[in-house]
Amino acid sequence: MEDSESGSSGQKGDPSKREVPTVQTSAVVDLLIKRFSDSVSVVEEKVNWPSVRVKLEALQNIATFLKQEPTLDFDYLTSISGVDYPERSPRFDLVYHFVSLKYKHVLAIKVGVGEKEVAPSLTPLWKSADWNEREIFDLLGIQFSGHPDLRRILLPDQWKGHPLRKDYVLAEEDKFPGD
Amino acid sequence: MVEPRRKFKTERLFINMGPQHPSTHGVLRLGLSIEGERVVSVFPDVGFLHRGIEKLAEKRTYVQFIPLTDRLDYLAAMSNNLAFVLAVESLLEVEIPRRASYIRVIVAELSRLASHLVWLGSFANDLGASTPLLYCFREREDILDAFEILCGARMTFNYVRFGGVARDATPEFVEKCRKFLSTFDKRVDEYEQLLTNNVIFVNRTKNVGILSREDAISYAASGPMLRGSAIKWDLRKDAPYLVYPEMDFIIPTGTVGDVWDRYVVRIIEMRQAARILRQALDGLPEGDFKAKLPRVLKPAMGEAYSRVEAPKGELGFYVISDGTTNPYRVRIRAPSFINLAAISAMTEGALIADLVAILGSIDIVLGEVDR
Repeated sequence: MEDSESGSSGQKGDPSKREVPTVQTSAVVDLLIKRFSDSVSVVEEKVNWPSVRVKLEALQNIATFLKQEPTLDFDYLTSISGVDYPERSPRFDLVYHFVSLKYKHVLAIKVGVGEKEVAPSLTPLWKSADWNEREIFDLLGIQFSGHPDLRRILLPDQWKGHPLRKDYVLAEEDKFPGD
Repeated sequence: MVEPRRKFKTERLFINMGPQHPSTHGVLRLGLSIEGERVVSVFPDVGFLHRGIEKLAEKRTYVQFIPLTDRLDYLAAMSNNLAFVLAVESLLEVEIPRRASYIRVIVAELSRLASHLVWLGSFANDLGASTPLLYCFREREDILDAFEILCGARMTFNYVRFGGVARDATPEFVEKCRKFLSTFDKRVDEYEQLLTNNVIFVNRTKNVGILSREDAISYAASGPMLRGSAIKWDLRKDAPYLVYPEMDFIIPTGTVGDVWDRYVVRIIEMRQAARILRQALDGLPEGDFKAKLPRVLKPAMGEAYSRVEAPKGELGFYVISDGTTNPYRVRIRAPSFINLAAISAMTEGALIADLVAILGSIDIVLGEVDR
């Protein structure tokens, strides 16, 4: 991995925009940008994993490519994280961390998802996506299409709201009867 | 007239195992769909212990969050401290002193031993062998005593800090570790005598709860679960951190991925952890145990994902900094949570009695599953 200057592409009005953008890049990142030039771009954030930003509509295709391309062989989807940027559009980021057990290379993919948008489920490709996506649905309220069983996982089914959203009000929870 | 036996039909039943069930070691509910004694499908229901730790992180400073990581996998709290601290250090871009790195390896491996010992004792107990439980807890007591000498706490340490560790390893602590290690290998032989050659134990674990190689990878199982399914993958070797590259140890793997393989992998891992500990204690260099850092930590804007080989598998922390004193987002990739998801693949067609063995072999801690 080496550092290089980042390009100018990326989300506009992104509050997570870094003042001095540095990007860790790798052969995998270069390959993806070359092959999917119109839907993959370098990330602007300072990151410690080789990362790319992918457009939501291309996620399914690129994920399939990552898994099936024999020179990449990303067989291990270690984690999916959801992040809320309430002032940004699209509002959410999904961050996928991929590992190839064979080649030992890693890749993080960031996808912006709007409040009304639905992300494709990667459960048919990696079974580990199942519970990760349920957790994101539960705590951030992002919808996934094609998920076999999209229910809340950590909170009770009748829970209202999504606690990991930045605008979730905690104060009500802290009050006890008689307070 | 009684109908001939073969005409009896088995009705499919739905029963609950848990949330209060001794073999779940915490509050986990398994919804079981059964036909006779066979399990048709399992629906794990988690979240009873959800405390919103990821949300709490956003309201606290980086330093204030370290004690909360103790409450994830509370049987190996040092590993949790370490994983979070490594992620933030990657944002801070700080070099840590060599001595601190060695001490971290020592506490991480002691944690692995403590965690595996609790697992071994309670797993054997679940299968009806209550003697190992007492022995395992006796050895774990020594480890907790060593931790107490080191940092004053026995379970929730808050010991690994940004730039190093909270307090230096005293000669007393080193002495305690050496004394413990001098008898430990013999103790493992004792456990093996009780279990490895025990025909009841072998029959209850061999070819039970098989997790295929493909499923193990697809479910992103990690730790002994992944290695039990014959995949040689250990972050200490494959994505090295701290001073692990300088240590000499082997990565055990299973062959078929059954409960027995996971047991064997953990037993060998205990021996290997003891081996790493001896090397780390011998090589422990002099010097600082903590790097100098500003009192108020404000990591530069950016994000870091860092992972360590915790006793239960890959423990990852994804930390996003917005340049303020509090993290913008902390996401915890908990090994128990991800490993537990694979239970449905392992229990198809299993006997209800074997379910206890299968669940035990995953080695979950609900504090980490529910976060």
